[in-house]
Amino acid sequence: MNKIFLIIQREYLTRVKKKSFVIMTFLGPVLMAAMIILPAFLADWSEATHKNIAVLDETGWYYEKFKDQDNISFYHVHQDLETDKEKALYEKGDLLLYIPKTELNIPVYAQLFSTKQPGLNVTSYIKSVMKREAENKKLLASGIDPKLIKSSKVKINLSTIRVEEGGIEKKSNTEVEVGLAIFAGILIYFFIFMFGAQVLKGVMEEKQSRIVEVILSSVKPFQLMMGKIVGIALVGLTQFLLWIILTGVFLGIFQSGFMGGNTDAMSMLSSQSQMAAATQEVSAGDPFAMVTEIISGINFKIMIFSFLFYFLAGYLLFASLFAAIGSAVDQDADTQQFMFPVSLPLIFSVAMSGVIINQPDSSLAFWLSMFPLTSPVTMMIRIPFGVPIWEIALSMSLLVIGFLASTWMAGKIYRTGILMYGQKVNYAIMWKWLRYRH
Amino acid sequence: MPALQAINVSKTYINHKALNKVSIEVAEQSIFGLLGPNGAGKTTLIRIINQISMMDEGQVLLDGKPIKPSDTARIGYLPEERGLYKKMKVGEQAVYLAQLKGVKRTEAIRELRKWFEKFEIASWWNKKVEELSKGMQQKVQFIATVMHKPKLLIFDEPFSGFDPINVNLLREEILNLRSEGATIIFSTHNMASVEELCDDIALINNSEVILSGSIKDIKHQYKPNIFSVDYRSKMPLEIDPSSFEVLKTTEGGDFLTSEIRLLNGSKANDLVSELLNKVEMQSFNEVVPSINDIFIQEVSSASKTQNRE
Repeated sequence: MNKIFLIIQREYLTRVKKKSFVIMTFLGPVLMAAMIILPAFLADWSEATHKNIAVLDETGWYYEKFKDQDNISFYHVHQDLETDKEKALYEKGDLLLYIPKTELNIPVYAQLFSTKQPGLNVTSYIKSVMKREAENKKLLASGIDPKLIKSSKVKINLSTIRVEEGGIEKKSNTEVEVGLAIFAGILIYFFIFMFGAQVLKGVMEEKQSRIVEVILSSVKPFQLMMGKIVGIALVGLTQFLLWIILTGVFLGIFQSGFMGGNTDAMSMLSSQSQMAAATQEVSAGDPFAMVTEIISGINFKIMIFSFLFYFLAGYLLFASLFAAIGSAVDQDADTQQFMFPVSLPLIFSVAMSGVIINQPDSSLAFWLSMFPLTSPVTMMIRIPFGVPIWEIALSMSLLVIGFLASTWMAGKIYRTGILMYGQKVNYAIMWKWLRYRH
Repeated sequence: MPALQAINVSKTYINHKALNKVSIEVAEQSIFGLLGPNGAGKTTLIRIINQISMMDEGQVLLDGKPIKPSDTARIGYLPEERGLYKKMKVGEQAVYLAQLKGVKRTEAIRELRKWFEKFEIASWWNKKVEELSKGMQQKVQFIATVMHKPKLLIFDEPFSGFDPINVNLLREEILNLRSEGATIIFSTHNMASVEELCDDIALINNSEVILSGSIKDIKHQYKPNIFSVDYRSKMPLEIDPSSFEVLKTTEGGDFLTSEIRLLNGSKANDLVSELLNKVEMQSFNEVVPSINDIFIQEVSSASKTQNRE
């Protein structure tokens, strides 16, 4: 077994040392951290400088409605556009909001002059104030009291509660679960494909470079195949682990970087990152408490364990099939016809994710999460919604049987195919190899 | 005791018989030529000896004992279809291949450094394989094949891709390895190198051994009983037609050359005494067939009989 360890070691080290691996390892977490941090950072940045806005309101409808905000102050000017612009922009370095007079209608047109790009918070505040005011005027014009409209607005707050066996009630929120389900399902799909493709490439590289016969004079074909599959699986796990750790590290660095700045941004960030973890904002009484309650309602031990299991077992299943394909063909172009039927179930299970999220307990969802070629993605989508343990156990056992069978089959095709050159391979030939006794 | 013995080895692929009761015997510390046309079954036999393929029937004995998986460490194999990982560094790759043969890492590095010095390629250690020319890669492959000091070496077309200088270097190394105790199986289509290097040969055609033995014996066996004589004479040669047949006479400079076949049990001495009286002899040689001639003769006659069938 020393030899298979050597093969695993080579497969692992050559890939981990590659530039592309290092780049991916750092780029992934940077992107992930950026996705969490950037919105908060940008919002804070644009608000960081205090802005004074001169308001030249020829209509006289709006200027009193602009109230000073955290970073925005308003003051009234009333000369003409040119003089005020000159004063506000070039003498004081402020912005100028100009609302021209209109003869007939309610004025809905305004211009904001500034020497720099005004922040999103500025424009959206001005817009919202003007919009509310114009709407109120319109309502008044048609004889409706805006207060009446306001008081008739209600907010529906529906919280769903799942009753588990034994009558334990847990607050569930589908939005959080949908987010988790999609995330986990896509991640499994992505990992299986990315690292399965590396197995295919690696096997073809050995065949095309003709090193394979040299190596087979030292090790068994099955050892070579399994060494490659296991080595690449370890690369995948390493990358996954590094992503999690580095994302945490980058988030930490960013947060501590903000600490020196203002506490506002800090609290914004932390709430943002918690929000991101929950993926969905809950707009009820105390959103934060609610999200935590929901997250603690999901069994994360099962979630993480099953993610690792379905990633590894699903990968082993597909990687062995990819290895068989790689051993059978001579040229990259020939892989397409065999790749398609193998990847079809995987793509199908992702395509079906919407249906499964809508009805996680339907019979379609059940069978797709039992069939080994679709179960890794489908089951990961179902698990956040709660799946009986026996179903998970059955699905996992079937997947184990699935990958044992596929590895056995792949081993047979591999040992014949890997030394076969110049033969146009089709399914009939592969079937012969499969039945061929060595 | 022979170093390697294959006894009645048979192997059938899906719909074709690759080996049919093939037996060979490779003597200790000899160089054994495995010959045959393309597709005859040589590679299949070699793969069986290397335990890459399994035989259906028969036996392979290494030092008199049935071959077992751990024996791969005692065999060095340079396949005809050979290559290296293109993206891997030369030294690292050679160490990896040595480790797969069971050599410890530190020992592999030490031994490989020695070989790299000897082949004057020490500066390539940290180069990637894709930066090397084909001939350079072949050198690395040769080193990787022999560095674990295997008892049995199998070379399939070892000289292909080498320039004449390196062919010479390789040939000397092969002879060196033999004198250090290795037994060598050598498969090639280059008949000149077979005559030069091999002690014994086996000729495989259509999955069967059709000829085997020492080169000397085989050549003797295939002697056509023809002698070539250089002589001076003004007259065309006239000798006893019941004992000798003049096959052809050519004129070369100031002498003639005739090829004469002995008939009806006459001896070389009879021919000499017959000629002594008639011409002024300059040289007298037996015509010995080359392995190339024997190869062509045997294989084409075999295919003729096959066609007739």
